[in-house]
Amino acid sequence: MKVRVTITLKAGVLDPQGKAIEGALRGLGFAGIDGARQGKIIDLALAETNPDKARATVADMCEKLLANTVIENYDIAILG
Amino acid sequence: MRSAVVLFPGSNRDHDMVKALHSITGVQPTVVWHQDATLPDVDLIVLPGGFSYGDYLRCGAIAARSPAMLDVAKKAKAGVRVLGICNGFQILTEAGLLPGALMRNAHLRFVCKEVKLEVVNNDTDFTRAYAKGQVIRCPVAHHDGNYFADAETLARLEGENRVAFRYAEGTNPNGSINDIAGILNEAGNVLGMMPHPENLIEALQGGFDGRGLFESVVTSLAA
Repeated sequence: MKVRVTITLKAGVLDPQGKAIEGALRGLGFAGIDGARQGKIIDLALAETNPDKARATVADMCEKLLANTVIENYDIAILG
Repeated sequence: MRSAVVLFPGSNRDHDMVKALHSITGVQPTVVWHQDATLPDVDLIVLPGGFSYGDYLRCGAIAARSPAMLDVAKKAKAGVRVLGICNGFQILTEAGLLPGALMRNAHLRFVCKEVKLEVVNNDTDFTRAYAKGQVIRCPVAHHDGNYFADAETLARLEGENRVAFRYAEGTNPNGSINDIAGILNEAGNVLGMMPHPENLIEALQGGFDGRGLFESVVTSLAA
């Protein structure tokens, strides 16, 4: 089973890398950018075939390692 | 004073730390590999600076889950003094031994220079040798030293006098909230800080301002 974890900074946490990306896009002439936030994606290949179990295991992984919940949120998507 | 320095793959300030500890305590510290599940019985455990695991995932995140860190957590709970410098501070926050997180520097650049530190709390085992409010020189060298904590945690840290060091005189090099450079745990036996006191302990390095931190620990053990 393939599972995608998307990790993003919580609202209110300064994202200097997102700001730099935003500035660079403006520099290229792209207009109407209201913000850019950078996150990361981790794709996992699991032996588990039950989506609910996979989701629960990955949530545990996120809490213990993949995300720092002081500053980050995580989202789990089952890709199939 | 017996001390141990935990070595992670990617640590690079361990030699400076070993040299500083030897010079100040007169005893050669034990270097412990991160895969060792049990640390020796010592008075001070140090997590040195560097780039453990190449800063993969998040700075200090993978090192914080190593076997040695489980024992560091156990010993910290039992009252053993733990000092995390730079990457060591990042590891301590990732391990949950200190609150908050160290984020990418606000200006996004690696910063390697000397800053001024205000000793905010000198009533600790790590800062006794300094005067309260004393401003000392100290080098910094990091890319991810921007301390962040939510408002509630911050209020607690300030209210409980757990900010040990603050960047002084407009020298905040990384955007840290409240100019925080170093914090203590609730019990006061764990200190994490981004600056490198071990790099200012002898004439060759241009000063001695960092010695006080290590001398404070030695004094606290004798007390």
